[in-house]
Amino acid sequence: MNLKTANPALYYLQRAAFYLLVLVIAVYLLAPFVWAVLTSLRSPGDLFLTPREFIAAPTTLQNYVQVFSNPNFQRGLLYSLIVAVGSVLVSLLIGAFAAYALGRFRFKGKTIVLYVILAVSVFPQIAVLGGLYTLIGGLKLYNSPLGLILSYLIFTIPFTVWVLTSFVRDIPGELEEAALVDGASPLQTLFLVLFPVMMPALVTTGLLAFINAWNEYLFALTFTSTNRTVPVVIANYSGATQFDQPWGPIMAASIVVTIPLIILVLVFQRNIVSGLTAGAVKG
Amino acid sequence: MTVQAPTPARPRRTRGIEAARARQALWLLLPTLIAIALVAGYPLYRTFYFSLFDANLTSPEQRSFIGLGNFWFTTEDGIAVGFLQDPKWWGAVKNTLLFTVVSVFLETVFGMIIALVVNSAFKGRGLLRTAMLVPWAIPTVVSAQMWAYLYNDSFGLIGRGLLGGQAVLANTDTAIWALIAVDVWKTTSFMALLILAGLQSLPGDMYEAADVDGASKWTQFWKLTLPLLRPALLVALVFRSLDALRVFDVMSVMLGNVNAASTSMTGYARQALIDNQLLGMGSAVSVAVFLIIMVIVVIYVTAFRVKFD
Repeated sequence: MNLKTANPALYYLQRAAFYLLVLVIAVYLLAPFVWAVLTSLRSPGDLFLTPREFIAAPTTLQNYVQVFSNPNFQRGLLYSLIVAVGSVLVSLLIGAFAAYALGRFRFKGKTIVLYVILAVSVFPQIAVLGGLYTLIGGLKLYNSPLGLILSYLIFTIPFTVWVLTSFVRDIPGELEEAALVDGASPLQTLFLVLFPVMMPALVTTGLLAFINAWNEYLFALTFTSTNRTVPVVIANYSGATQFDQPWGPIMAASIVVTIPLIILVLVFQRNIVSGLTAGAVKG
Repeated sequence: MTVQAPTPARPRRTRGIEAARARQALWLLLPTLIAIALVAGYPLYRTFYFSLFDANLTSPEQRSFIGLGNFWFTTEDGIAVGFLQDPKWWGAVKNTLLFTVVSVFLETVFGMIIALVVNSAFKGRGLLRTAMLVPWAIPTVVSAQMWAYLYNDSFGLIGRGLLGGQAVLANTDTAIWALIAVDVWKTTSFMALLILAGLQSLPGDMYEAADVDGASKWTQFWKLTLPLLRPALLVALVFRSLDALRVFDVMSVMLGNVNAASTSMTGYARQALIDNQLLGMGSAVSVAVFLIIMVIVVIYVTAFRVKFD
């Protein structure tokens, strides 16, 4: 039964309805972002225009110039980069050790360790906020990127361990058996045999952890005062006066922070989907 | 038996190797365990500890034990100071639950629709799949600012255009729905990605058999797709619900920290803890948030028999 030959009218109607649905979904997913890009390219005076006039209004880069010359934003970008890269590197390194142990070794208490790690990734950040605040204060890390790197480990480590463990399990065992027979220590095996094989997994996991760290808001807002990361800078972006919300520069700053993520996500789309499902569905 | 029979060499050696492997495993796990104990275990213990004290964030050493006084306490003058006696807390609980139930429900429905569309063959499928990743890739704070602008009553496409200059975010009752819309937009993609991954792992020949049997697409969806998708769907549901229950960013950015305290449990806890510097009270609220979320996890895991392994 082929609808195309049996009832062409109904077939084309169905196809048209389907493409309409596709269009609606695409507009729903992209319109807010496109509107933000558009706003970032308009001068402040044009924000009052009607939507049609607004779209046709002249394009300008003045918001971007203003954002990039804002010292808070410059510092925010730097600190976000330091904090996100730092917490990712630390969690990848020690997370890979743990994932190797959990994915390959048999020992008592393994299930308990796995459940503890899962529980940590489940429980709310607010539950540790007070305790972490006093800990960071005690270590004299308040307002320092190091304090944020330390506190971000609470979500980057469980995530990397969990995802990498499921990757390690999928690597065929012959590789390291050969290394073990040759008398390699577990660390040698890990660094020389497994790491090269795990490279795609490390990149994927690192990228996802980077995105999480780059986006974090609660800890960054609480544990810093002047050394803000970019989300906090954007959330508190203020204009000349207290009541003036500079939407143009805010949107420009938002786009600047988002574009690198979107590029990364598009380049690594396949890995990301597999990483997400390893972390969430299988995990 | 005075002379003990020598144990066969082989088992002992394997046992030795296994013990050695277990020791190595412990060394490999140690950095992770230390890190987790430092950033999660110890602070969590401190939160529970301080919840029983009257303590200030600036001088935690000067604390006095008050038992459950942060939770429930009425002074001699009849003033209720426990947070469980504060209607604002219960408003935050109600709003968080409403936010969670409605947004996770809508996300699941929209996510399912988008996943089914992307899973079928059509021209431009790759593009739509790519577009799907965009809202997910946008930082939450950025999407909150984007939508705050869209909702703005004098500039926003929605606030000025669709709602005719009504300030939706100014009123908590309307704001919660506006926030749900933002969260649904932002996270439907995540749900759709997970559901899509689940759909692509379904065996295709079963649908061919169902086609041969003359089952309609509708029947196939309810009788085949949905039951087979159940495990993937449930795990996605659990993760999304937990994220929604601990929501803070969207409220904080779009409403400000003061109003976030009446719309989210986390916002309420953070206000007590950081803005008001009440370490004891804030810790008590954090304990409550923690317990509420743990109870929901247990309900999910037992009711749906979610398996994580």
